[in-house]
Amino acid sequence: MLELKNLSFQVPDANSSKKEIIKNINLKLKDHTFTVITGPNGGGKSTLAKLIMGMEMPTDGQILWNGQDITALNVTERAKLGISFAFQQPVRFKGIKVKDLITLAAGEKLSTSSACEFLSKVGLCARDYINRDVDGSLSGGELKRIEIATIIARNTPLSVFDEPEAGIDLWSFNNLIKVFEEMHEKRENSLIIISHQERILNIADEVVVIADGSVKAQGAREDILPELLNGTSSCKFYQ
Amino acid sequence: MDQIQMTLLEQIAGLHEVPAGAYNIRANGESVSRGTTANIDIVTKEDKQGIDIVIKPGTKKESVHIPVVLSQSGLKEMVYNDFFVGDDCDVTIIAGCGIHNGGDEASKHDGIHSFFIGKNSHVRYVEKHYGSGDGKGERIMNPETVVELGENSFMEMETVQIRGVDSTKRNTSATLAAGAKLIITERLMTHGTQTAESYFKVDMNGEGSSTNLISRSVAKEDSTQLFVSEINGNNRCAGHSECDAIIMDRAKIAAVPKITANHLDAALIHEAAIGKIAGEQITKLMTLGLTEAEAEEQIVNGFLR
Repeated sequence: MLELKNLSFQVPDANSSKKEIIKNINLKLKDHTFTVITGPNGGGKSTLAKLIMGMEMPTDGQILWNGQDITALNVTERAKLGISFAFQQPVRFKGIKVKDLITLAAGEKLSTSSACEFLSKVGLCARDYINRDVDGSLSGGELKRIEIATIIARNTPLSVFDEPEAGIDLWSFNNLIKVFEEMHEKRENSLIIISHQERILNIADEVVVIADGSVKAQGAREDILPELLNGTSSCKFYQ
Repeated sequence: MDQIQMTLLEQIAGLHEVPAGAYNIRANGESVSRGTTANIDIVTKEDKQGIDIVIKPGTKKESVHIPVVLSQSGLKEMVYNDFFVGDDCDVTIIAGCGIHNGGDEASKHDGIHSFFIGKNSHVRYVEKHYGSGDGKGERIMNPETVVELGENSFMEMETVQIRGVDSTKRNTSATLAAGAKLIITERLMTHGTQTAESYFKVDMNGEGSSTNLISRSVAKEDSTQLFVSEINGNNRCAGHSECDAIIMDRAKIAAVPKITANHLDAALIHEAAIGKIAGEQITKLMTLGLTEAEAEEQIVNGFLR
């Protein structure tokens, strides 16, 4: 179980005072659960995802993973404890091939055919991609799918996806939903997805609404979603 | 040959035993082993150090290995190797130099490789440099490559210098006849207080000639690198050069591109980029469970592949 206790994150702003991006957040995210974190742009969702992975360090509060305090652990240590992170903007590398990245993610030597399996799961014709560089020669949608293939290859108890729908075409998006549905059906691992997409919200178990750095609502999808999607009352969360 | 020399040979030429095809192995200033084929002859020069490699017209799918190893501290040599490649050939030439210096005196290998390539030939030329040994003596290599590429011939040149060479000054010049094509790929890594300078000069004299110079380098610690490329388009031709470098620690890197069009239809491009490893690249690999140091190593190795 992932638990965030009184979590805060501040950055210095222009007037040498502090700007609070995350304000005293308390959350418990159960195992084997698909949680979607949603809310308006600039509300602190991506920052929260980065705090969970250790890419940003909180200025106050604690992060507990299966009861262990991981607040002071770095990205590598958290990755080794079984947390994965899919970037909103996948990183490009000169000279690192798709197969290399998937092999690193899997953490063991992979045959070409098993590396290809992960690519097939995200709808890429593996043979065309496996030996390509993970660089600017790939489109945004292709990079995104490869990014998600690395998360599938890691197969960790918790995976955090930062806006997986950002920057991909409709066809890739349909495929992406299928991938999440499959991951969710197995119910082996927990997923946290930062998203604005109704179709992703529709397959969630839990929905957390974050706005202005705070949790505005949290609960089962059936309880939260109707209010969120109802034009006028959704403003309740967004105000 | 002793164990140190065998190790050097493996590093620079991937050789565990006598190679197939023609070869000449030079160790500590002397030719120690040589083999020729019906189509490829190797002849010792009489007026100076070095060999002539003569490849008959029409020679296909053959290779020549001419590695050089130095394990005697303080040895300095200057070697001239000339390659005469006939028309309509398709050959691979593997050269390279390994220096092991366990002593206090500088060891130095300067080599001038001249290629006279006929028409319609394809030559792949691979050159690896490697240094080892913990003596105080410097390991110095100054290779010079001169290429005359005949009509419609194609040369691919790959140079790699990844470890252990303290100082290197590399000079490569080429003239291209009509329809000739030259691709040069350079991989270079420097560390400690090493210095590396790489000069390229390509004259595209013939109509329809083309060249592509690609340099990828990593400078670590207190090392310095200089990359100078000069491409002259003297006819209808296409030229491209690209210098891509990763800078680390306290290293210094300079890239000096020069492209000159002396003809209306000369199309020339230069690209140069120097920068440190992007922080997000390291973070991405850390999210896969690598430590920061492992991530850095992975990025550098991939970049230099």
